[in-house]
Formats: sequence, structure tokens, C-alpha cells
Amino acid sequence: MTSDTDTLLAEDPITGEEIELPADVEVGEIIDSPVTGTELEVISLDPVVLEEAPELEEDWGE
Amino acid sequence: MRVGILYSRIRKDEKLLLNELRERGHEVEKIDVRKERFGLESTTANVDDLDIVVDRCLSTSRSLYATQFLDSYGVPVVNAPETGDICADKAKNSLALAEADIPTPATEVSFTKESAMESIESFGYPCVLKPVVGSWGRLMAKIDSRNAAEAILEHKETLGHYEHKVFYIQEFVDKPGRDIRALAVDGDPIAAMTRSSDHWLTNAAKGGETKSFELDDRARELVERASEAVGGGLLGVDLMEVGGEGSGEYTVHEVNHTVEFKALDAASEVDVPAKVVDWLEAKVAAADDEATEATA
Repeated sequence: MTSDTDTLLAEDPITGEEIELPADVEVGEIIDSPVTGTELEVISLDPVVLEEAPELEEDWGE
Repeated sequence: MRVGILYSRIRKDEKLLLNELRERGHEVEKIDVRKERFGLESTTANVDDLDIVVDRCLSTSRSLYATQFLDSYGVPVVNAPETGDICADKAKNSLALAEADIPTPATEVSFTKESAMESIESFGYPCVLKPVVGSWGRLMAKIDSRNAAEAILEHKETLGHYEHKVFYIQEFVDKPGRDIRALAVDGDPIAAMTRSSDHWLTNAAKGGETKSFELDDRARELVERASEAVGGGLLGVDLMEVGGEGSGEYTVHEVNHTVEFKALDAASEVDVPAKVVDWLEAKVAAADDEATEATA
């Protein structure tokens, strides 16, 4: 789904609401849901599919 | 050049790096380590003809194994698995710094609640207890009293994972409400910032306020030596000022191997991803020159 050249539209996987994403998002990118603030992962771009990002694990970090 | 990026999450840091690489016309191969398999001879990841692979795995365990496998295939990878192995473990990190005669906080490791209590009592209060593997200030404890020590050690003993039974205990450094993060490439500092907080943990990930910082000669020297002590690469070197703000004396408490730089990029005037890509280009060019000389 696309709206205009600057944004993409996708379904928030948690609320089901339509949300806007920057047009340059890429697969694997983590974005914050504008609805709930939850971290979402971009799973695919065509079509744009989002999933709730994995929970933080103990060995994550620098 | 063809650059591989090992990742499992594209954060702002990776995005900055990807954008810089693409803007310069480099070919990027994104390697999501969650989707690949790594065999003894080869991998499902498309690593053929990559000039260099940059490890940006958020997960330490994935970072350590994936870089080790790529290195075994002869694929050039930064940071090197040996560097990751030292930096990922606070005890190995401390040992490497001490062996290089770099000032670092006094540290003891002990393996039982009883011996850990002896370490704590020998440091006195407050002192600090950290997990040997971990980041972003997670599960770090400033221990102010024997009562607190007993409670924390008991909790750690019941956490389950064997790593929580490696007690890494450190003197508490009374820093001036801030510490310093320097980002360096093979020991050459790109930029630095202070991280300030009223809390004893000043990590940017914990909400510490960041501000650009100019390293003096002593700090630059320590960054260079700390980088060398862990094998070089793209590193985040963390220093604390000893004896107050601007004292010019430092202790190096940690070197990070999959360093985040978005906060530094925002705090400093330096274009951090551009400097990182400059370094990658130079590394690949140097490797090409070496290969040409070897075949001449």
C-alpha cells in the first residue's frame, strides 16, 4: 500500500489500524508504532507487512 | 566495494550506515543471521565476493558465532571474532586492559555467593556488581550495604543461567556525574561524547544526557591503547574521569565491539557514519593492495 511518495501505509499488527511509515523503510528495520509505541519489525515491503518486534533478550546490546 | 552487513534488527545505527554506503555507490548485502545457516565449510548466506562484512548483530551470541564462521570461510569481517570474544565478556575485557597496563577499575571475579561476599567486603561499600555478559546497564547493581549485597547475591544465584554465577565485582568509581564514550576505528578516535545523569548509571541507553566531548592527548592515548588491547576494529571505548571533571586522568572501564553510534552522531559535529565508511573503504583498499603485492 502506498499513500504518496514520502510515506507507505501498513496495518499495525497489534491494533489493526492503518499507519504511515517513511517511504525508505527497509526489511528488518525496527519502527515505533505511532499508535501504541510498540516496536514493530518490517517483515516485507511488497506488500508492507509488520510484526511485533522480538522482545529484548539478555545478550542484546553493544 | 561489496559490503555485507550481519544483522537481526535494522536500528537507526544500521540505517545510518546503510544509507552512507548506498549513497557512495557501494553494493550492500544484508545478511539477516536469523534466516541463515552456518556450516563448517559454507553458509546459506550470500558471502561470495564480499570485500568486507560488518557485524552489526544486536545479540552477542549471534555476533560471536556468525563472525567466527565467516572468518573460518576466509571472509574478511569487522570486528574480528577475537575482538568480539574479548569485548563481549567483561572479565576478559578487564583482563585485556590490565594486561596492556591501561588504568581500569579494580575488579574481582568469584564463583560462589560466599566468595563474592568476600570480594564485596574487601572493596567496601559502595561497590559494583555486573553480569559478565550484558549491556545497556542491565542487571548492574551498585551495592551500598551488606544487607543489599546478601539480597542481590541470593537473587543472582536463583536466576538460573550459569553466567549469573560468575560474580564480576568492581570498585565503585566516583565519576563526576558523567562518563565518556569514544568511538574509534583501529584506535583512531572518530568522535567522543559525555553521558551525564544524576543516576550512577550514565549509559545513553538508560537515558543519560549526551554532549560532544573533545578528547585530550591522554584520553586519545588510552583509546588507542585500549583498542589495540582488544585487537582493534570499530570500537566504543568507555572512560571515566578520575579525580573530578576535567582532571585529565582517566580509567577505562569497557570496550564495546558492536558499538551503537546514533547518539554520538546526534551529539557531535562529526558525520559518524561517513567516518566509519571512510575506514571501511581504507581497509578494503589496503587488503586489495596487499593482495596485488602478493601476486606480483
